[in-house]
Amino acid sequence: MNNTTADHTVTAFDDDLRFLIGKVVEMGGHAESMVARSMNALARADKSLAQTVIADDVVLDNAQRELEERAVLIIAKRQPMAHDLREIIGTLRMANDLERIGDLGKNIARRASEIDDAIQPKRLLRGLEHLTSLTLEQLKDVLDAYVSKDVDQAQAVWARDEDIDQIYTSLFREMLTYMMEDPRYISACTHLLFCAKNIERIGDHATNLAETTQYVVTGQSEIVPDPQDA
Amino acid sequence: MNENPVALGSEAETSSKTAVKMRGTGVDVFYGDKQALFGVNLDIPENQVIALIGPSGCGKSTFLRCLNRMNDTIDICRVTGEITLDDQNVYDPSVDVVELRARVGMVFQKPNPFPKSIFENVAYGPRIHGLARTRSELEEIAVTSLEKAGLFEEVKDRLHEPGTGLSGGQQQRLCIARAIAVSPEVILMDEPCSALDPIATARVEELIDDLRQNYTIVIVTHSMQQAARVSQRTAMFHLGYLVEEDETDTIFTNPSNPKTQDYITGRYG
Repeated sequence: MNNTTADHTVTAFDDDLRFLIGKVVEMGGHAESMVARSMNALARADKSLAQTVIADDVVLDNAQRELEERAVLIIAKRQPMAHDLREIIGTLRMANDLERIGDLGKNIARRASEIDDAIQPKRLLRGLEHLTSLTLEQLKDVLDAYVSKDVDQAQAVWARDEDIDQIYTSLFREMLTYMMEDPRYISACTHLLFCAKNIERIGDHATNLAETTQYVVTGQSEIVPDPQDA
Repeated sequence: MNENPVALGSEAETSSKTAVKMRGTGVDVFYGDKQALFGVNLDIPENQVIALIGPSGCGKSTFLRCLNRMNDTIDICRVTGEITLDDQNVYDPSVDVVELRARVGMVFQKPNPFPKSIFENVAYGPRIHGLARTRSELEEIAVTSLEKAGLFEEVKDRLHEPGTGLSGGQQQRLCIARAIAVSPEVILMDEPCSALDPIATARVEELIDDLRQNYTIVIVTHSMQQAARVSQRTAMFHLGYLVEEDETDTIFTNPSNPKTQDYITGRYG
């Protein structure tokens, strides 16, 4: 466990660590916002909103690059050990997952700007919005767990991913049914299918973030499911 | 999520239980009235490198010097408890200290070659311990020791020049060759690289790794990175107590004692 409260003898090192953690939190907020807006753009067929999400992706790319460069410098200069090392490796992993989440959000936004809104099956959209709001909840929770170093909360996020997988599976079946019933839906449904897959992937990244949070705090990467929940 | 139990390219670390070469049990050390070590229990595993770390004055060098009774040279120093080498108490009155120090050799912080030739520096020990019957045997021991210390190629054309004329890193490797020449079983190293530049340090670290095949090595170091690089096990001392001892990989990524954590991350003060 992280038993250290003391500041580092070299104060600049604490500044370095704070910079990295702050960058992860900043990226997390940005990734959440991109996913939420991409879903709004899809639901409301708002092509200009979709364009802002697509344009926003570069912010995450730049933030990740900045974080990585700083982390490499810190490792070279300070040769961190123990929880400091895990903290830095953790920010690198988190940044990678958050950047991917941003990519997936951008991908949804791209499809939002391509879908012909005249033939959108509204019922399916509601299912997709539900999936998205659950996933965003996961993302928010895991970022909270990361900031407060709360392993229990991180593990809870990890365990809840199964719910998202189940909803995705039923949504997938529903979309297939729509397409079979009315071929005019095929084009829109295919886009929605990919959007749903992207959301499900974002959920997987949230479980990665949960694992990283646990690793940073305890040194253990793997989360073992609670047998009582099985 | 992890549903796949098969590890890719799993390199099962051979964590086979190694034999204990030396063992400290309840070791207390006093300098006059002042107690420097408190009930230290520590196993020194055979053919491994164990690093002793901790802030200045924590007792790590004191413990190291107990292992071959170097502390005997300090009048006010008193050692209680037990230290064994192959299950024999090294503080037993029957133990010949000179023979003990041949079995448990030492390399110091600053290279300290004798003011003699390179050859004589290495040949001196085997000669006084009667390890060579003839001149050619002595030469063979000297050459082999210099080879093992990774120095022979650099000095083979000037074996009869003074050892003090070598560079710092070469002098330290000469001291290691000198320690090896009497066929020790354990080599104690007290900050062997703290006076060396990074290249010379790297060569000595490489050498330590090679020597591990044939010798048991105990190294005191202030460089956390060095401890992490060269040792298989690490023991952390603090204010005369052994606070934590574990596999080096664990100590430097996930130590269990907060004092170890603070010290290795630079928060101890």
